[in-house]
Amino acid sequence: MCEIITKEFLLEIAIIFVKIGILFGAVMALAGILTWAERKMSALMQDRVGPNRASIFGFSLWGLFHPAADGIKMVAKEDFVPDKADKVLFTLAPMLALVPVFVILAFIPFGDYLQIGNLKIQLQISDLPLSLFLFLAISSLAIYGAFLGGWSAKNNFGLLGAVRAAAQMISYEVVLGLTLVGIILVYGSGSIQEIVKKQGEMLFGFLPSWGIVYQFPAFILFLVAAVAENKRTPFDIVEGESEIIGYFVEYSSMRFAMFMFSEFAEIVVVSMIASALFLGGWQVPFLNETGFAFPGGILITINHNIVALIQTTAFAGKTVFMAWLLLLIRWTLPRFRFDQLMKLCWKGLLPLSLANIVLTSAILQWLGSGK
Amino acid sequence: MKITKINNRNLSFAEKIYLSEIVKGMIVTARHFFANLFHPSRIITVQYPEKKIPLSEAARFRTRHRLKKRKNGDAKCVACYMCQTACPADCIDIEAGEKEESIAEKYPVKFEIDLSRCVMCGFCVEACPEDAIAMDTLIIPGGAESRQELKLSLESLLLDSAETSERGAVNRRISAMSMQNAERKLKNAK
Ligand code: SF4
Ligand code: SF4
Repeated sequence: MCEIITKEFLLEIAIIFVKIGILFGAVMALAGILTWAERKMSALMQDRVGPNRASIFGFSLWGLFHPAADGIKMVAKEDFVPDKADKVLFTLAPMLALVPVFVILAFIPFGDYLQIGNLKIQLQISDLPLSLFLFLAISSLAIYGAFLGGWSAKNNFGLLGAVRAAAQMISYEVVLGLTLVGIILVYGSGSIQEIVKKQGEMLFGFLPSWGIVYQFPAFILFLVAAVAENKRTPFDIVEGESEIIGYFVEYSSMRFAMFMFSEFAEIVVVSMIASALFLGGWQVPFLNETGFAFPGGILITINHNIVALIQTTAFAGKTVFMAWLLLLIRWTLPRFRFDQLMKLCWKGLLPLSLANIVLTSAILQWLGSGK
Repeated sequence: MKITKINNRNLSFAEKIYLSEIVKGMIVTARHFFANLFHPSRIITVQYPEKKIPLSEAARFRTRHRLKKRKNGDAKCVACYMCQTACPADCIDIEAGEKEESIAEKYPVKFEIDLSRCVMCGFCVEACPEDAIAMDTLIIPGGAESRQELKLSLESLLLDSAETSERGAVNRRISAMSMQNAERKLKNAK
């Protein structure tokens, strides 16, 4: 027997797999529900009823069966590959769009830690010291999915869509990265878990020191850049569902579903990142490791595992709220023209995010806490 | 061609940076969202075809067909095939039968209108020499789960027909009116 494979090692592996399973399942479920929520919410915003016909034994549950019905429909459709398409890349592209989104999940802390006996389980799949940078690096890989999808189909419209997608995503990638520099400066760390932990402190005793408080402009810029990365309205010139032809013209069946699903999974991941960096992640105001500690000196002690549960629930709540906000943005704003889009990025957001960095550093220096 | 140049209002600074306007817009949509979420009765959608908005009596739409009846309850139709010939959608299917002791010796044994193909053009009403078919039931057809359900049989066509009604001539009256209008316009033009 090999000595490296000890009991502890196996346990650790098992725990990691369980964590992956739970987080992956939660994100998949939320993304699936989002496909329904998007339709239902847009309907409610426009004084309509929305999907309500798919039913099982006469129960339609506000149309909750529609995602399932969509899934069945997608599977049943013909899986068409154009004659001239590059078969390998054509098959690879949807996967390249989907995989990076799920890889990012590994760095997202969804809670502090659980204490079972003398086993301490971190509620994060892997805590890397520079996970924020890795997040940026991996999220930029998603461009390959979009670009290869348009390129490999050998369809001119698809190619044009792919070029638009690449131009837009690369441009907004820059802004996305720069807005996060402010966060890194304030919290002095590149690890998302570390940043979330620092957000647990209180400012003046009552204001939670969340990213949105310290870095409000960065939050707005991040939101804009994230929506653009996500390729949804107002930045959906890339695909333009209703009239312009996007990079996935030639896709059908499950391959198309993968593109579609990656978009919704991306909403979830963006919401998670945004709530981790700007809304305090799993932090609940006045809740620390052992229980609530209110300013008046009132202490309520709670078992740490229950605290962790509350924190994870809070994180889920914040994520759902962010996803709701993203849907609201998507169904409120009209689309940008492509030149407006580029102008907004290079002449508007980029200088603003640079100014944010300069200002943040200056203030930190002035306060004498430049780390 | 004359070119009109429209000078758009100059945007204020707050409008130029979008932000405040975007927030305003999102407040509007969010308000609708929550209002409809908590008071679903606000939504005005009607669950067609389970529920329908009844048309007003005065409505002059072409609606589902009916066959008119004679005093003795027989169909007025003499199975002359005029409507079937006129129908552009080819959706009327008539079979004629003979009758000895009746006012008209021909009558329809089968009279079927396939509403899934009907384009509601009213040509059948125009074509009928006996004024036996009308489109004035104020029932808007649609929403069936099988094609068979959309086939109107002779019985269902005769169902809600009492005597020849004033409403029966709706189509004619409309076309007569439009003819008059056209003539008047022609005169005025001269
Ligand atoms: S309304 Fe027009 S299409 Fe319909 S049955 Fe009459 S002639 Fe045919
Ligand atoms: S044109 Fe009139 S009379 Fe002739 S078959 Fe049709 S409904 Fe009957």
